[in-house]
Amino acid sequence: MPLRLTPEEDGILAGRWGEPAGRALAMQIAVGDFFGAREMVAVASAHLTGDSESMGDAGLGFVEDLVRQGARFVVPTTTNARNVDFDCYRELGQPEEVAAKERRLRDLVVAMGAVALDSCTNYQAICQPLFGEHLAWGDTGTVIYANAVAGARSNFEGGPASYAAALTGRVPAYGMHLPECRAGTHLVEVREQPRTVSDWGALGVVVGRQLTNYWLVPVFTGLQVAPGGDALKQLGATLASYGSLAMFHIVGVTPEARTLEEALGGRAPRARIEVEPGALDRIYRSFVPEKEKADLVVFGTPHLSLFEVRLLAELLRGRRVHADTMLLLTTNRPVKALADRLGYTAVIEEAGGKILAGPCYYIMTPRELARRHGFRTIVTDSAKLANIIPASGYNAIFRPTADCVEAAVTGRISA
Amino acid sequence: MNASPVILTGHAGVGEVVEGLALVSPDGFSARYDLDRVTGRISRESHALYGASIAGKVLVCPIAKGGFATSWALFDLRSRGLAPVAMLFTWANPVMVQGAVLAGIALMDQLSPDAMEAIRTGDRVRVDPKAGRVEVIRRAQ
Repeated sequence: MPLRLTPEEDGILAGRWGEPAGRALAMQIAVGDFFGAREMVAVASAHLTGDSESMGDAGLGFVEDLVRQGARFVVPTTTNARNVDFDCYRELGQPEEVAAKERRLRDLVVAMGAVALDSCTNYQAICQPLFGEHLAWGDTGTVIYANAVAGARSNFEGGPASYAAALTGRVPAYGMHLPECRAGTHLVEVREQPRTVSDWGALGVVVGRQLTNYWLVPVFTGLQVAPGGDALKQLGATLASYGSLAMFHIVGVTPEARTLEEALGGRAPRARIEVEPGALDRIYRSFVPEKEKADLVVFGTPHLSLFEVRLLAELLRGRRVHADTMLLLTTNRPVKALADRLGYTAVIEEAGGKILAGPCYYIMTPRELARRHGFRTIVTDSAKLANIIPASGYNAIFRPTADCVEAAVTGRISA
Repeated sequence: MNASPVILTGHAGVGEVVEGLALVSPDGFSARYDLDRVTGRISRESHALYGASIAGKVLVCPIAKGGFATSWALFDLRSRGLAPVAMLFTWANPVMVQGAVLAGIALMDQLSPDAMEAIRTGDRVRVDPKAGRVEVIRRAQ
């Protein structure tokens, strides 16, 4: 059964909204047909994923063509994290060419009507996802947060798909837009309570290493502590990173899981995962340092909230980052502006750390930075960053937030 | 040599008919997590195909991993001659399919028998996405 178009969509496909929207819809139909979508659904917003490093010159050319053909985004559209903080990249030794491409890309998407937010925490910064609304968000951490925590509905609309949705204002209705794909498939019985935000990330690693399929949905039970937004951000981003998952439920916490039955959609779970006492500690210890020295300590994947920046400022107050270790924090511009105003930035900089607005470390030309600064060990409280960065030649060590601060100050990695 | 033809069938995929040599990965694949996108070689040290080039291959994989990067990377890899010609998954995810559509790379999933079982590295494989059909036309020596 092929995807059925409305008369308006027939018109878009025929080029009535211009050539870019017509081509965008054709791409969406191809993807929709693959996944058995029956129709398109209107979206409330789009979140564009595409930094010049990920896109390459071919991707940049794709966006250049859109602008040349007069493309305009038809729904509120924001941008994801970038390769550089335009104010700091020179000091860090990032390539001028990358910054130039990022400037060009930013100008192109703004010309089409996007808001240059440059953040992977759009949901904390400026756009609250709402229960039941359809979205076309691209960054996987934003998608799983919108689905699980808010009850909004989005698939991973990756780079070109997020542009397509911004141009047509709709997406093919498959996967996370359909209730049957959102229902839980696996029961996770938690018998070790997370104590810190990074522990929620460790919990995500336990589950994400076992459920590695977009179409699986874990249902967490047995949690006795109520997670805050930052904990849910880490849990979601980790599940999305390790498992490519787009949805989870926590019974009694997330909105489509008021009861276990509701979370499972009335079906029996396919399997159970038990998180035994000691499991979270074993996750940290599974990241084994090759040497004792911490070359680099990074916080902010996904981008730090103001409360996380404040906590780091408190932990760093009056202390000094080791001379042979670099400390980086990444966040978005709204949080950075507040941190500047509230004095947190000053505390972090006095300790020798840097706080960057807009970039995320794993797309911050990590190979070039490693070459220039001799980085091999990277210590972080982000399980997601620790998962991604080995592809760029790093020895990644995931540790609780306070341990990471100690590593920055002492220059040494805890066992 | 096995005389009886090995044929895999499934739902319609994306892309055009292509032939190529299979590269079977026991591990999942993401262009961000596993690949050096400058060279087109697997760069994650813990990956089963560490050091292998995916250029021009029919990549056979159990699962599509990771996030949006792959949706751009396939297009860019193809423009530089480093992309696989086709990808066969047990389970694909949206970003992999979106990337294959933009790049014009054949992609299929959920084949019967499963591609991971039926295809070996070095097999010459013909992929016909619209027909929902994959054939092993010559077994690896």
